[in-house]
Amino acid sequence: MRVGVTVFPGSNCDRDALYAVERMGEEPVELWHAEADLKGVDAVIVPGGFSYGDYLRPGAIARFAGVMGPLEEFANGGGPVLGVCNGFQVLCEAHLLPGALLQNTHMRFVCDRVRVRVETANTPWTAGCEGGEELTLPVAHNEGNFFADAETLARLEDEDRVVLRYVGNPNGSANDIAGVCSEGRNVVGLMPHPERVSDPALGSDEGLKILRSVLVGATL
Amino acid sequence: MGLSGAEYERILGLMGREPNYLELSLFSVMWSEHCGYKNSRPLLRRFPNEGPRVLQGPGENAGVVSLGDGWALAFKMESHNHPSAVEPYEGAATGVGGIIRDILAMGARPVALLDSLRFGPLDEERNRYLFREVVRGIGGYGNAVGVPTVGGEVEFSPAYSGNPLVNAMCVGLIRVDDLMRSRATGEGNAVVLLGSKTGRDGIHGATFASDELTEESESKRSNVQVGDPFAEKMLIECCLELLGQDLLVSLQDLGAAGITSSASEMAAGGGVGIDIEVEKVPRREAGMEPWEVMISESQERMLAVVEPERVEEALALAERYGIGGTVVGRVAGHGDLRVVDNGEVVGTVSAEHLADAPAYEREVLRPAYLDEVQKFEVAEIPEPGDYNEVLLSILSHPNLRSRRSIYNQYDHQVGTNTVVLPGADAAVMRIKGTRRGFAVTTDGRGRHCYLDPRGGGAATVAEAYRNLSCVGAEPVAVTDCLNFGSPEKPAGYYQLAECIEGMSEACEVFGTPVVSGNVSLFNETDRGPIYPTPTVGMVGVFEDVGRHATPGFKRGGDMVVVIGGSSRVSLAGSEYAEIVHGRVAGRPPGPDLASEKKTADLVREMVRSGLVDTAHDVSGGGEIVAVAEMALAGGLGIEYEEGELERMTEGQGGGRRDVALFGESGDTFLVAVPQERWEELEDALSRAAGYDLIGTVGGDRIRVGDAIDLKLSDLRRAHEQDLFGIPGEVVGGSEAVG
Repeated sequence: MRVGVTVFPGSNCDRDALYAVERMGEEPVELWHAEADLKGVDAVIVPGGFSYGDYLRPGAIARFAGVMGPLEEFANGGGPVLGVCNGFQVLCEAHLLPGALLQNTHMRFVCDRVRVRVETANTPWTAGCEGGEELTLPVAHNEGNFFADAETLARLEDEDRVVLRYVGNPNGSANDIAGVCSEGRNVVGLMPHPERVSDPALGSDEGLKILRSVLVGATL
Repeated sequence: MGLSGAEYERILGLMGREPNYLELSLFSVMWSEHCGYKNSRPLLRRFPNEGPRVLQGPGENAGVVSLGDGWALAFKMESHNHPSAVEPYEGAATGVGGIIRDILAMGARPVALLDSLRFGPLDEERNRYLFREVVRGIGGYGNAVGVPTVGGEVEFSPAYSGNPLVNAMCVGLIRVDDLMRSRATGEGNAVVLLGSKTGRDGIHGATFASDELTEESESKRSNVQVGDPFAEKMLIECCLELLGQDLLVSLQDLGAAGITSSASEMAAGGGVGIDIEVEKVPRREAGMEPWEVMISESQERMLAVVEPERVEEALALAERYGIGGTVVGRVAGHGDLRVVDNGEVVGTVSAEHLADAPAYEREVLRPAYLDEVQKFEVAEIPEPGDYNEVLLSILSHPNLRSRRSIYNQYDHQVGTNTVVLPGADAAVMRIKGTRRGFAVTTDGRGRHCYLDPRGGGAATVAEAYRNLSCVGAEPVAVTDCLNFGSPEKPAGYYQLAECIEGMSEACEVFGTPVVSGNVSLFNETDRGPIYPTPTVGMVGVFEDVGRHATPGFKRGGDMVVVIGGSSRVSLAGSEYAEIVHGRVAGRPPGPDLASEKKTADLVREMVRSGLVDTAHDVSGGGEIVAVAEMALAGGLGIEYEEGELERMTEGQGGGRRDVALFGESGDTFLVAVPQERWEELEDALSRAAGYDLIGTVGGDRIRVGDAIDLKLSDLRRAHEQDLFGIPGEVVGGSEAVG
């Protein structure tokens, strides 16, 4: 499988995501922000970082980048897209995912390892996990506090679209939400960083369960 | 402008005429302590700086050591104390940005950041503000720029009230063949300014940094630069690609004194001249004078020398990364830094003259205060009644409290190379695609250096050597920041000279040369000078990074052994004496450098052979604090051996329990091994000066005879309190101890 990783000015987990794709055993493809071309990839990861310096609002400028046009088409056509951290923020800004990510309630950047529960295996990025399974994943963000109006939250819960839920909430997110998916379920946004735990040399490869899920989906 | 009358005379002599305002400005910044090392240069020669692994010693943007297999590390530490005192967020942020560019200038990808910090006590609101904002600034810059902050240290003492120390260290990884240098060569080559536009920020920052802090300093706030980590991130990626495509002849960062210092250093290094066409420098504000452009310290800029036929390609790459790229001058055959404004020469100074700051050597006179503060008898300190309470108060004191509430604000994992997370004795990083790795630590011992400058200087290096050995890395080289008061005062000069002597002796014995560093003098306020505080950053190498140790207990039933020279423990200058009894007095023991090296090497060998995966050095707070840290890190308790407390008390304690438990020395380690490997351990320890089985890992309490019996959960509550809370305020239902 060819897995694309978008590179915006200020992305800083792009190289980690490309490396994680190698760890998945798949072919990483760099997608430069200014080029409106997905290069025929089978899945896309929008990585973390501070695209455009997070100026204005995290993700607010990146959504206008050249690569986003074909990415939106790909997503709307059912292609698997994973936004991690800043990538999640970008996908929210692009309205490919509902809600928004506000500043953490404690007003501090938080870098830690957190327990999360996989709430649904019914997405291309969790298909390799068991529903209800708990994982320990790294987080590193200043704006990870998921927010949506009550109606949207109720819909997300009803439609089984909460993908990951914190076991101990690190940022004040509504309903302890750590990740959600789109109505079509193919677009997933997560605040935790699966690519940071994709190598046993760093103590854990639990993140590969999430990343390699997309291969399960592909063979279905 | 910060130049003395005698210095002005020297300039007249060198130039053979009166300098104009621009020229004088160039001298003013280049001859400041920050750029010219005029008070420290003769002393710095004492540092050993050669060794088999050294590829680049002092004199470049950073030191470089070989890791083996064609890999090298570039690293340096630099102070940003004065800017952080007046504008803590931006001062710390631009300190991080500046040290990253030093590493980048060597051609290396920055892969790790560390910060060595000092503040006044947290019960003063101003100190809390400085601490909070410095940490925010480090995170704000480092997190965005995508270089993990993997370690560091912080201490609190009244000696730093109003004059915090902010020392930032960066480590970069590079292939030996790709090493870059800053010397300009090739007459006619283009000088290209890369990165952000030039504004009025940071004008005379270098001279500001070389003066004492007064109330007037507040009014110099405009001297502090403002950082833009996004611009830096793009500058890093652009420069690395320019280097990767072999488009550059040389590269230099713009730091203190801006274009002036960069261009003159590049010219002096290459024995050439440089013409700067100052009107071509892109500006962010109108009406700037040529001298302002030349000494502006606007951030996120680099200067590169490029062959004329490659300029177009280089500038196109800059555009791809959305950063500025402008030809602002040429390498010239003359030896001058010549500033031309729209065809008119507005200043000409010999690059050599700029680099030729005067050097002041003073007499080293032992100051009288030392006799006063070194007077100390253990009997002056009353023995405590309740050791549980004492241990809790020490572990919750800001100097020994968990640093979690700091490092959780730093992205310490970006880059996916961090093998050991913050909280251990040293950061451990891997090199992707290899089994190799490196470890890095920063250490400082201000109180010790104040009480005994030479011993403290040596102990600072010894502490770093121990920390690297604990994780299993072979220490190879050192960078340092020399943070001192005024060298124009006899006590300040003595402290500087003696600390350097002690550090040099230790570096010689350990075989860890000093390959880069920086000097920050005049750290004084109206309350007096800071503690003399040299901080060192030491790097070590792993051939197999998988073989490393961490402090946390790992298995119930493991046997815990103390190794080393525990006979010399003392309360002189100890954390216990200051925290519990308010005493900063006495002459701390040692270090015995030969014994330090022997013991540390032994521990490292046990880690490297795979025998030991749990190790920690005994440092501030003494043995029991180190044991408690191991228990808390692993979430497992310990039960001391029957009679061990009495043995310790009669032995190292000289009859006192507090000396035995909280006394400090160098040269001491704790390791834990499973029972079935006890014989192997005893075999290995046959070469140790001394060792003692102290207890067994297990349960959820720390129990030491009838002196200490505490639940881990109670210890944790005390130890892991938020450092950013207000002392005395009730946090989470428990009383926060200030």
